[in-house]
Amino acid sequence: MKSSINHISRVWRRLLAAFCALACMFTVAGCGSQNEAGKIRIGIKFDQPGLGFKKSGTYVGFDVDVAQYIARKLGYSETQIVFKEAPSKQREAMLQNGDVDMIVASYSITDERKKAVSFAGPYFVAGQDLMVRKDDHEINGPESLNGKRLCSVTGSTSAQVVKQKFASEVQLMEQPGYAECATALFSGIVDAVTTDDIILAGLASNARGRLKLVGKPFTQEYYGVGIKKGNVELGRKIDSAIVDMEQDGSWERAIKDNTVGVDYKPNMKYNPPKPNLGELGAAR
Amino acid sequence: MSNMLQLFTEYDVLGAFLVNIELTLWAALFSTVLGVILLMMRISPVSSLRTVASGYVEFFKNMPLTIIMVFMVLGAFAQIKLSFSTKFSVNFFWLAVTGLSLYTAAFVCESLRSGINTVPLGQAEAARALGLNFMQSAAEIILPQAFRGSVAPLGNTLIALLKNSTVAAAASVATETSSLMSEMIEFHANSIVTIFLMFALGYVILIIPIGALTTMLSNKLAVRR
Amino acid sequence: MSNNNESSLLFDEPGPKGRRHIRIANWIGGVIIAIVVVLILMRLHNPPDGENQLDWALWQPALSSEAWTDFYLPGLWMTIKASVLAVIGSVVFGLIFGVGRLLPSKILRAVSGVIVEFCRAVPVLMFMIFFWRLFSFIGMQSASYWAVVIGLILYNGSVVAELVRSGVGNLPGGQREASLALGLTATQSLMQIEVPQAVYAMLPAAVTQLVVVLKDTALGSIIMYTDLLQESRRLGSMYFNILQTLVVAGVVYFVVCWLLSKVAEWLPSRMQERTAAPAEPEPVAPIAIMDASNVNQIAVAKELGEDRYGGAPGRYHVHHRGTNASVRHWRQTRYEQGYDATQPDSEKCKERAERGIPLQNLRPRGNKSDKPGNE
Repeated sequence: MKSSINHISRVWRRLLAAFCALACMFTVAGCGSQNEAGKIRIGIKFDQPGLGFKKSGTYVGFDVDVAQYIARKLGYSETQIVFKEAPSKQREAMLQNGDVDMIVASYSITDERKKAVSFAGPYFVAGQDLMVRKDDHEINGPESLNGKRLCSVTGSTSAQVVKQKFASEVQLMEQPGYAECATALFSGIVDAVTTDDIILAGLASNARGRLKLVGKPFTQEYYGVGIKKGNVELGRKIDSAIVDMEQDGSWERAIKDNTVGVDYKPNMKYNPPKPNLGELGAAR
Repeated sequence: MSNMLQLFTEYDVLGAFLVNIELTLWAALFSTVLGVILLMMRISPVSSLRTVASGYVEFFKNMPLTIIMVFMVLGAFAQIKLSFSTKFSVNFFWLAVTGLSLYTAAFVCESLRSGINTVPLGQAEAARALGLNFMQSAAEIILPQAFRGSVAPLGNTLIALLKNSTVAAAASVATETSSLMSEMIEFHANSIVTIFLMFALGYVILIIPIGALTTMLSNKLAVRR
Repeated sequence: MSNNNESSLLFDEPGPKGRRHIRIANWIGGVIIAIVVVLILMRLHNPPDGENQLDWALWQPALSSEAWTDFYLPGLWMTIKASVLAVIGSVVFGLIFGVGRLLPSKILRAVSGVIVEFCRAVPVLMFMIFFWRLFSFIGMQSASYWAVVIGLILYNGSVVAELVRSGVGNLPGGQREASLALGLTATQSLMQIEVPQAVYAMLPAAVTQLVVVLKDTALGSIIMYTDLLQESRRLGSMYFNILQTLVVAGVVYFVVCWLLSKVAEWLPSRMQERTAAPAEPEPVAPIAIMDASNVNQIAVAKELGEDRYGGAPGRYHVHHRGTNASVRHWRQTRYEQGYDATQPDSEKCKERAERGIPLQNLRPRGNKSDKPGNE
């Protein structure tokens, strides 16, 4: 009798053992740590075509090119770069925790963010723009959106800006990603997509020539390189790398390469910007 | 506490819950209708209808609701041009109702089927002996008893539906509770726990009466055998 | 097969004329379905504006080997990683709080009860959004992963807690009686005899729950967790074929969930050897607060079996219908609500109950015995 009780209470021990084994396996897998000594860890976007996108095991996009150029100037070879995904909501935390050494992920310099992290750059000045179908000639600026349908990404304020400042009659659709917006634009259920022009250009360049940019950016977003708060030394090195990149032509080439097929010019009034440790000085 | 009051005045929390309740009620109505049709198909003598109905149930039981919601927008609306209104907010609301109804109908059908199984064989045999045909015996003998026998699983399905209505966020319904909660957290990151508890309590308050009502009804309606 | 059993209940075996009618109805039904499918395909092929969605140029990148190695498979791995950890966590959570709800201590029971009911009432998406923002706010690594896992654990753990409770509730009363007779205390009997058997009884239902978990990980894409759904969106954003990549993801989800539910159907027969409680998965997972059905659902599932309409009587009757069953009361309600096949004497109770004679007179005081006393 006693032995049968023992037999049943073995269930508990067996359960415990199984849980421990599996839990260990999965928690380790959850935050797997690779050998990162002697390497530079850079946070980028993995899901924005044209800026940072994971493709065939490598990463492509303007942000990636900038990051690679900076890393090279800092003395790291191509193989010494570890790219990590830096989702919008986690960028500050990643820098503060030291998960990454810098973040190049369409990271706008704002006073709010400067409280938590430091910036180098800016390396690019984007502006909010509109993307429309190629054959659409009615929309030529945010003011002409009245009565039209506009798509933007959930949780971004860009659509609200349009609605409040330019066209109060516009109908808004929120989608989880820009690709959904672009698909909706293709199929004709929305008339325009809005966000920063460089992101739109990256999207449009994959659209087999069916989409275009309106080309009248109506805000300025200063993209900076996020670094750990107070790391002035690294910031200065990055700034000089950006200056080099702008001067030797690779900056312009990177933009061209990543927006192939779109007639895209960055806003020349502000670009290329003068990097100054995240201080938004006058444009050149 | 004052913090909570301030949040309440700044955002339309009750309105967001109202959106979810509306979604739930409409979807409950349509999914019940569709679920009964599916059930009739599933128990009918026509084998093609049976196959279709069980295929439908299997499909929706094994498909994430999030995908269905995304498809309502990007597939049904964008490609097939299923449109309810030229006004976006109205249109997305009804697309979400459609998605929820299609999804929930499978579970309504399953709940009713478990109810049918509580109806003793003798009932159906007696109905047949009286000369009732399939539709008559189903509509007048079996289904009324099955409904009474499946109050509890149906109540569960309703509760699941209310909770699932938050997934309408994936179908661009921007005024419902989970979207509003994200928005509030975005701008008041410091009172994140307060905001969450506010919404969580809202759901507890909504769901406890449904559970209690289900218990009461199923006690009251259960066919004593 | 159960289809046939069910339907044979509602109509006579059709004669030659009936069969002809059915054949005609089959044809009409088939043609209608075919027409609907063709219409949808035509619409996709040639939408009013927009492009042909059936074009191979759009499907090719969604099906290429690169798409699988770079997007779907890593996404599926993330999905599986989150769901397996979530299932492990929810079984632990469920065991702790399910047992907590059965313990003699009133305070522990109340605390576990409140936690379980709270977790069952709050939508999983709310949990996920909350934990995601909280974890990012306090600067945690892979915040969305843990938000998905913990959100799923809290909800599904509370479901498992109910499964544990119903598993214990479905054990024959003799198990407890025997252990009490051996001199074990109530808690010992619970921990050493009843709960271990309930665990085996609950395993098939836990596998069914795994399907629910796997489906719910798709919610993670709303909080930017790079699961299968999110990865397929990303792939779609490269070639503007998001509809196609979502179809592929949908097929993958369906196949995985379907296989899992097949496992859940096969498990009960294996588990039945190890427990005295019915090991059928529940047809509908218990989710309601103060759930009326969870204890009796397993019994109902038993009745769903083939022999139900093959003429053999169900082995378990529908007891517990519509009670907020707890272990303290389940045996009583079993008598109040119907005849229990395993206890032939209970028929007397039923008759008495129908005549309005209070049950208390029939049974010894307390809940120690399942068997109504002889007068």
